[in-house]
Amino acid sequence: MSDTTTDLRVALDPEPASTPSSVPSPRRAEEGRGTTPVAVLARRTPVARAVGRGLTVALKRVIAVVAFLALWQVAPQAGWVEPAFLPPFTTVIQALGRLISDGTLWTDIVASLHRSLTGFVVANAIAIPLGLLIAWYRTAADVLSPLLTVFLNTAAVALIPVFTLILGIGDFSKIAMITYACFWVVLFNTISGARNVDPLLVKSARSLGLSQLSLFRKVVLPAAVPTIFTGVRLSGAASMMVLITTEFVGAKAGLGYLIISAQNNFQIPEMYAGILTISVIGVGFNFLLLLLERRFSRWRP
Amino acid sequence: MTTSISIRNVTQSFRDRTTGGEFVALDDVSLEVPAGEFLTLVGPSGCGKSTLLDLVAGLTRPTRGEVTLDGRPITGPGLDRGVVFQQYALFPWRTALANVEFGLEEKKVPRRERQERAREVLDLVGLSAFADRYPHELSGGMKQRVAIARSLAYEPAVLLMDEPYAALDAQTREALQDDLLGIWRRTGATVLFITHGIEEAVYLGQRVAVMTSRPGRIKAIVDIDLPEAGDGEDRRSTPAFVERRHHIWQLLRDEVRRSLDNQHTPVAV
Repeated sequence: MSDTTTDLRVALDPEPASTPSSVPSPRRAEEGRGTTPVAVLARRTPVARAVGRGLTVALKRVIAVVAFLALWQVAPQAGWVEPAFLPPFTTVIQALGRLISDGTLWTDIVASLHRSLTGFVVANAIAIPLGLLIAWYRTAADVLSPLLTVFLNTAAVALIPVFTLILGIGDFSKIAMITYACFWVVLFNTISGARNVDPLLVKSARSLGLSQLSLFRKVVLPAAVPTIFTGVRLSGAASMMVLITTEFVGAKAGLGYLIISAQNNFQIPEMYAGILTISVIGVGFNFLLLLLERRFSRWRP
Repeated sequence: MTTSISIRNVTQSFRDRTTGGEFVALDDVSLEVPAGEFLTLVGPSGCGKSTLLDLVAGLTRPTRGEVTLDGRPITGPGLDRGVVFQQYALFPWRTALANVEFGLEEKKVPRRERQERAREVLDLVGLSAFADRYPHELSGGMKQRVAIARSLAYEPAVLLMDEPYAALDAQTREALQDDLLGIWRRTGATVLFITHGIEEAVYLGQRVAVMTSRPGRIKAIVDIDLPEAGDGEDRRSTPAFVERRHHIWQLLRDEVRRSLDNQHTPVAV
């Protein structure tokens, strides 16, 4: 059951939890102090060393992205791909500049963020308390978990026609769709987080005579927070994906609308500019959630 | 402040999940621990030592018989008893200090006093410098000292310890054993200490209760009553210590063999 969660987590986590530190080690500083000035100069100061190390780390992180963009630039220019279908990166950036200066990009971003954030917040606000409640009642969790697995593993976009059928194609329908897509992954992670608390911790807390309520508040909830946050982060990714899909149909603004209408009008650089914007927003959103997750899981090794 | 433990004719049986039958973990066990005594309990693995401790902790109820503290039957867990587990069971999201405060919060001690008290107890186990560390930043021995501090903080009259040092290396274990004896002398608590180490049982206990292999019964209770060792002398190598150790070893040997035979019943010889 929790395998699904772990797999998703691994697949969507852009980087493992470890962050290389670039703090200069005190021992190196001491080494420098004991030697002659010439030797120090020759060996580089600890600060320079730290800066150098920081640069190496930064380089390692951006090198693949830079290489990708370079390939994007060169491939159409060299004629490896048809420039009409894949314009060079700089052409796309120029189109992006035009969209920013005439204000359309901003309108689309606001429309999209309004939809995805509303859906995301509503889903989390319902799914986290509900998940905790379900986890608390063991039988409820046992009965519901097979059904949850079905919902979790049914691609949310498959239900778009259903939502369109019942709720139409307006904003409400789109937000409902996004809410739906975010909901299951948060619910599932909340339940599994709250249920898989180390039994020894529960036993230890019980031996102190904790009431059921304090046990929940002081042991189950804090222990579940990291798993819940993984769900929250995954739902952030889900909200972006479903957002774009819903905006392909019957939208008058939004990044999905921008992409599909640019394609229809054969404004290919604008289409890529829209895709690029989505990608930047997606990465930024994930990064924010990741920071939040780290903030709440500082105690984890 | 001190409390006596009385276990009378306690039988504990569970339903066996694989066979559906009943399996008896404790069979008519009686044990008296007078107030302020340090009693160690040894027995082969799976003999029901932990089951017995869970009963005194109030985490489970006996199938038959009764367990009382100062004559009052145990109705559930409570802060009059502190339990220390082998795997530390520290709350990983709390710092060492906050872990020690946990029981005090339950006791509704005001925040200021709580922190003061927790710092005192951390100091007692020699960890005041590590108050703000999270458990994953501590070594095994440190974790166990925090766990002990957590139990000591709310001043329970009874300390229940379930193989607390089994996962530690020999040096750390011996240091913690001496710490514990010091703490016991200072607090006067009644200690029920479970171990599978004979030497540990003899070193720590005023009396050692030896259990039989499944179903668990009390096979013998051995008075340790060793003469105080002189300065710098290793109490473990005195003739009296060696003699008690050998005696308990003999008592246990047959039980361990029997428990191994039980595990391998399908093998015909």
